[in-house]
Amino acid sequence: MNNNHRAGNESRETDARAGADILLVGQPNVGKSVLFSRLTGVRTIASNYPGTTVGYTAGRMRYGDENYDVVDAPGTYSLEPLDDAARVTLDLLDGAKRIINVVDATHLERHLTLTLELIAQGKPMVVALNMSDEARHLGIEIDAERLAERLGVPVIPTVARTGSGVRRLILAALSLDVRGGVLTNGGRHPGHHPHVSRHHAGDRERNHQHIPEEKVWSRVGEIVDEVQVLHHHHHTFAQWLEDLSVHPELGGIFALFVLAASFALIRLIGEFLIAGGVGIVGAPWFHVPFGMEPLFDAAWKPLMAKLSAGLGGGGFLHHLLIGTLINGQIDFRQSFGLLTTGLFVPLGMVLPYVFSFYLVLSLLEDTGYLPRLAVFLDNGMHHIGLHGYAIIPTLLGLGCNVPGILATRILETKRQRFITATLISIAVPCAALQAMIVGLVGARGLWPVALVYGILFLVWIVIGVILRFTTKGFQPELLIEIPPYRLPSPRALASKMWMRIAGFLAEALPLVLGAIVIVNVLYQLNVFHYMADASAGVVNYLWGLPKEAIVPLLLGIARKEMGAGMFASLTLTTKQLVSGCVILSMFFPCIATIVVLFRELGWKDALKSSLIMLAAVIVTGTVINVVWPS
Amino acid sequence: MTEKPLADMAPGEEGEIVALGGGEKLESRLRALGLARGQKVRNMSRIGWGGPIVVMVNRAQIAIGRGTARKILVRVGSDE
Repeated sequence: MNNNHRAGNESRETDARAGADILLVGQPNVGKSVLFSRLTGVRTIASNYPGTTVGYTAGRMRYGDENYDVVDAPGTYSLEPLDDAARVTLDLLDGAKRIINVVDATHLERHLTLTLELIAQGKPMVVALNMSDEARHLGIEIDAERLAERLGVPVIPTVARTGSGVRRLILAALSLDVRGGVLTNGGRHPGHHPHVSRHHAGDRERNHQHIPEEKVWSRVGEIVDEVQVLHHHHHTFAQWLEDLSVHPELGGIFALFVLAASFALIRLIGEFLIAGGVGIVGAPWFHVPFGMEPLFDAAWKPLMAKLSAGLGGGGFLHHLLIGTLINGQIDFRQSFGLLTTGLFVPLGMVLPYVFSFYLVLSLLEDTGYLPRLAVFLDNGMHHIGLHGYAIIPTLLGLGCNVPGILATRILETKRQRFITATLISIAVPCAALQAMIVGLVGARGLWPVALVYGILFLVWIVIGVILRFTTKGFQPELLIEIPPYRLPSPRALASKMWMRIAGFLAEALPLVLGAIVIVNVLYQLNVFHYMADASAGVVNYLWGLPKEAIVPLLLGIARKEMGAGMFASLTLTTKQLVSGCVILSMFFPCIATIVVLFRELGWKDALKSSLIMLAAVIVTGTVINVVWPS
Repeated sequence: MTEKPLADMAPGEEGEIVALGGGEKLESRLRALGLARGQKVRNMSRIGWGGPIVVMVNRAQIAIGRGTARKILVRVGSDE
């Protein structure tokens, strides 16, 4: 059985703490997650930027007749317990039987510092010299045997992406002598090296004092000089692009180009999958008889029409399964039955956009562009109390707020995590909601859609500026490694897409269907009437929406796309539709986001965040209503 | 041969790190990224309006906030 532990789930403390048979340790972005997938078959989310795996991942590898517990530790630069990643790694090291230290062959100097620290822990260990293909390509030649002699542990060149060398790595790891367990002073171990002092693994503090960092660096320098030869090589296209991407002026233009191209691509692919038409603005450039909407109309509608007739066109069951007939017809957008709107909204309208969004995001992640974007947005983000790297959780939040808020763990301080998570939960609409906004508001023209996005962006900035000045704590600066550009691995990309899409369906479908049942039951009980009257003061008087709008707004707490879907059944002016969508985006995040917000921030900060949200949505809705002449 | 903060290096300029400042924790993070004493750095970019600096060290690009880059002292120019 494989235990899939998505970034952030904290349910797997027990058996990993009890001791992994194989523990993968390495610096951020060396391909640990990809190697882990190779060993265990467990799908992981791997991206080309440091910090993708914020927790650890546990899985099982079957080799021969034996099962081995494999744990993928979070990427850490050193074993000094200065941050969460290092502390988690130290905990995992305590119980681990053997270590695979994954190092980046293209940056041996930097990775060997951690290797030396790990060797000092005295555990049986193998070094995986990963990305050895990339190193060769860059003209870096490393004598793995010589390196193994100098380190006193086996060194196996690997390419985790293709699987090359992985079998040798497994063999080397499994043939380590683990009977002695943790080695003590003078313990005889194949990894014994005269320059490296050994201590009990539990004696962390002393371990660190015994290897001053300056000494580590000079020792690493000696080793690298001995085992590594750099050949002259011509600038590759990727390197040329790397230089361009951080160029003070051209890089900024390139960033704008990448963002514009990304949005255009998301829209193109999304619309193509929904309607089979391709076009960015206005009428599609061409049509193919393909897409979720034609599919639903051709294949599902006749079936539903039969069912509707069979149920007699009315009654409770009809209402629940088919919903209300609009002009005697089933309308997938408005009927609101389980089998009509309940399937069409998540599968026909939202899924295409979720797919398209994650495809583009995954490409941006895997090529390694995102940290470069962070460099150019750094300045602007300082004005809202953050630094450029906060753009990564924010972009993830545009897909789904839940992983976005989980990804705030890549930020260093509690203050940054609070600001970023609060802003995501209030002003960053998820892909499901955006798909509905584009579909619903887009029918009124392009400018109302632009207005919804523009207002939300403004809200994001204004709350950010306020939080910058009111949130206590230290504002750290950007300090990140920019990974080299890489061609996305189709295998890793497909695996990541699959996890995200399956995650969406597993989460969205039950909630959407549940919400429809609740709506129908409440409708039958005539409860909406009382809710509308009770909330009229805010919804109608302050926000200028029909008082019935409280129902979609509350329904949005279950799933945002269902809230937006219900707007379709109200008769709204363009003004009301725009402000309704803004308010729906802001007015309480969906239930899944609320749960993760409380878990990540703690109840005190999550409560604070909720109060900010309430104040912001009341003010924003009122301002739109007052400023915009009806 | 002169010494100056990393923040003041012009794009394309090369130098060697001679001192790190800013407290133990920051120094440790800098060293982990390869920004240690004796390491050779080359300035790749300096983003306008006080934005971050991008340097190449050990063939890796590192982005550093301007304030942090002021705490890293480099020696530029050669002895000859």
